[in-house]
Amino acid sequence: MSHLTAWPVFLPLITGFILILAHMGGIRLQRAISFLAVIGLVLLSMTLISATSTDQYQVYLLGNWTAPFGIVLVLDRLSALMVLITSLLAVGALWYAMTTDTDKKGAHFHILFQLQLFGLNGAFLTGDVFNLFVFFEVLLLASYGLLLHGNGRLRTKAGLHYVVINLVGSTLFLFAVGALYGVLGTLNIADMAAKIAIAPQEDLGVIAGAGLLLLVVFGVKAAMFPLYLWMPSAYANTSAPVAALFAIMTKVGIYSIIRVHGTLFGDEAGELTYFYAPWVLGLGLVTLFLAALGVMAARGLREQVAYLVLASVATLLIGVGLMSPAALNATLYYLIHSTLIAGAMFLLADVVLRGRGDYEDRFESGPFMPNAILIGSVFMIGAIAMTGMPPLSGFFGKVLILSAALDDTWFAVIITVVLVSGLITILSMARSGSLIFYKTLSKDAVVSSKPIEPLNRMAFIAVIGLLLSSPALVIFAQPITAFTEATAHQVFNSAAYIEAVLSTPMVTEANK
Amino acid sequence: MEWLISLAIGVLTATGVYLTLRARTFPVVLGLTLLAYAVNIFLFAMGRLTVGLPAVIDKTAEAAQYSDPLPQALVLTAIVIAFGMTAFLIVLALKARGELGNDHVDGLDVESNHASNKEAK
Repeated sequence: MSHLTAWPVFLPLITGFILILAHMGGIRLQRAISFLAVIGLVLLSMTLISATSTDQYQVYLLGNWTAPFGIVLVLDRLSALMVLITSLLAVGALWYAMTTDTDKKGAHFHILFQLQLFGLNGAFLTGDVFNLFVFFEVLLLASYGLLLHGNGRLRTKAGLHYVVINLVGSTLFLFAVGALYGVLGTLNIADMAAKIAIAPQEDLGVIAGAGLLLLVVFGVKAAMFPLYLWMPSAYANTSAPVAALFAIMTKVGIYSIIRVHGTLFGDEAGELTYFYAPWVLGLGLVTLFLAALGVMAARGLREQVAYLVLASVATLLIGVGLMSPAALNATLYYLIHSTLIAGAMFLLADVVLRGRGDYEDRFESGPFMPNAILIGSVFMIGAIAMTGMPPLSGFFGKVLILSAALDDTWFAVIITVVLVSGLITILSMARSGSLIFYKTLSKDAVVSSKPIEPLNRMAFIAVIGLLLSSPALVIFAQPITAFTEATAHQVFNSAAYIEAVLSTPMVTEANK
Repeated sequence: MEWLISLAIGVLTATGVYLTLRARTFPVVLGLTLLAYAVNIFLFAMGRLTVGLPAVIDKTAEAAQYSDPLPQALVLTAIVIAFGMTAFLIVLALKARGELGNDHVDGLDVESNHASNKEAK
């Protein structure tokens, strides 16, 4: 049992506490500590990725209690991958926040940022459903603070909606967890899966009901139809680095569906095997179509990017709903791509906003912004990646998902919806790009009370860095798809997961 | 006892849902609190309703009969989290009231809407 498994959880927590003490040391000290911790997290998660390459599950017994009795942290390929994506995204978001002084607009940006990472990594690593609830609350409470960071009426209004919907979600989570505990008598994911396999016939209805209730909860997190209405305004109105970090928040919902539902209702679940998959697939298709309409109807660039995130979440839901190793492999590849690119696009939308004075990011003719050629070219690359056009990674992700969909009975519907909404998003992005970068007003026609800021080159590095992940995903497609393929196989082998968690022995003097 | 507990959970949930759907922030906060109460009792009941059974640590008790300690731990956690969240939500509602000028959940200017409706008539 290696203590390394638990460090992605503890490192941000400890850093958060140190930052509270460092608060009187000024913003420079806080920035240095916070950034070092995030860099450390990247190195740590890379070590963890290489540690999982043997297909072994690293089970960490908290408090040295064996599995069904104590809480366990489980590290496998999937959780290591999620932790790595989170930390890479965090580096970009934090760099942008520091170089644009966003972190100075409120007192505790860095502390909340680290606690957010603590909650995210905890949710990715835990092997216990109630512990997952607790980590959800940790990451939500930190996200409430981050969402409201800085001020603004629209931000407060969107924040209120976000908090209320998530509190309702938490209540439903507890109802689902309580019902499952009442029937199964355990909360450890592996043990629950083992109990569901031998559950008597009369209990299956309750288990299925609680499972679907959990799907609603994760659907709120992932912004699945009809539970996505809070998401575009919350993401569009918060500060850019926070919105970029929140690109991973919707993926927490996707991860939870893969982990909890995939394990509980896996191959051994008898009648309940993958009973939730049609729901995920159907709702994913509806979400994708509505998201494409939202992309077309958006009035500003930030709102448009928020709907693009929704579209990528919907594509992931379709991939999860297809329920095959090939589809999951494609889903994970698309997940890496969509999270990092969505983060870059939120930051880019903020760069555009700063260069347009009073016109902000609204889709109307505005001033010719400083360095428009550079920003415009980067926008085009980002748009190509985001909408899934060749030669960047969005295209490969979509091709993989569509080729996996060919085996499904619904393949005609899936391919139609994905391609039509892809076309709508391409048209809308082309329109918004030409409105912002081509149809500019002459100097005399521009009326702006806010100054037009020159391009912040240091901050722009974060955008470029995150966008570079897209060509990198294409160039290194072979090793990356090999990894995601192995991950997908590991996820589908839920029997091995159950076996690994339940058979991990207590640490004694002898086996230390 | 079972019907009493289930009735209590049902009534609390129903009032909670009703209040959560109201248009003012304060009823929404109350509604979420009632929902949290309902879920706490629900979690308690999931350890099975028992009367007069010893705690699990009592070594003299027969092994087959003790009250389930886990739901109690779960309820305790849930209470603390719900308490903190309610406090946060109240502060946020007050902030929204201050910044948006009224306590409508969408921050609408209800008074002026009324006035313009009357004018339209």
